[in-house]
Amino acid sequence: MPELDAVDRLIIDKLQGDFPICDEPYAAAAKQFGISGDELMARLQRLLDDKVLTRFGPMVQIERMGGAFVLAALQAPEARYDEVVALVNALPQVAHNYRREHALNMWFVLATETPQGIADAIATIETDTGLQVFAFPKEREYFVEMKLETRV
Amino acid sequence: MSDGPKLDAIDRALIVATQGGLPLVARPYQRIGEQIGIAGEEVMRRLQALLAAGIIRRIGAVPNHYAIGWTANGMTVWDVPNANIDELGASVGGLPFVTHCYRRPRALPAWPYNLFAMVHGNSRDEVREKAAVIAELLGENCQGSDVLFSTRILKKAGLRI
Repeated sequence: MPELDAVDRLIIDKLQGDFPICDEPYAAAAKQFGISGDELMARLQRLLDDKVLTRFGPMVQIERMGGAFVLAALQAPEARYDEVVALVNALPQVAHNYRREHALNMWFVLATETPQGIADAIATIETDTGLQVFAFPKEREYFVEMKLETRV
Repeated sequence: MSDGPKLDAIDRALIVATQGGLPLVARPYQRIGEQIGIAGEEVMRRLQALLAAGIIRRIGAVPNHYAIGWTANGMTVWDVPNANIDELGASVGGLPFVTHCYRRPRALPAWPYNLFAMVHGNSRDEVREKAAVIAELLGENCQGSDVLFSTRILKKAGLRI
């Protein structure tokens, strides 16, 4: 796992939102860390290269754009697991995919520009893999706030 | 959904131009404007409006939670009575360690669970301890539960339009 110093940890913890919208935002954000804008950019690039950050930028809520976002799962036979991963991940509509310990051992999120796109993506996956896809669209959201501070 | 705010072609171009990330240059909004043919000030004005409308949730860093020490990630799932789920969901979602909490349909007989709460920890035991707090909160409303630990990120691309 990549080594993080105190400034890296501060950047990760403090920059999960509220990045400034101004002419030179890196310089503006860097002040709270006591570093220059150039150093902040260099550190962000390193954190991205080391895959400590998966991305840096705006996070779009696709449902607010008229699109759809649906959790789905399937049961992939162990002997075919990697093949099924490749087939599922090949769809650009698959935003994330996780292996989980359960009979339903592959859990992925479909993000599409229209609700119909979800049904189309599921049909494609079922055809390509020969496996049944279970869709778990959210019926109600009680809480979402994915901000985790560093623990390393 | 038909109730979402309407985006014009420039908003869409802006979202497409930034979905891979914000450019790591001193004046990133200026740079995006050059790419899509509008002024940097216009980029900033539109980003503010998209944030205000909730189309952009936030602008910032998305950590790989494994790499920052949250090595155990459990999707805790619960079978609770439909009649009580909204009240229970609000309570579970209010727990400080729950990062996402949703009501989702059951898929009987394979899947009896209708309440999903994502819990992160630095060990499976920590996640199990937190799941026990949820179980206690649900009390006799809990008709069944499971914790699905993730063992591998197979893809994490973020969304693409």
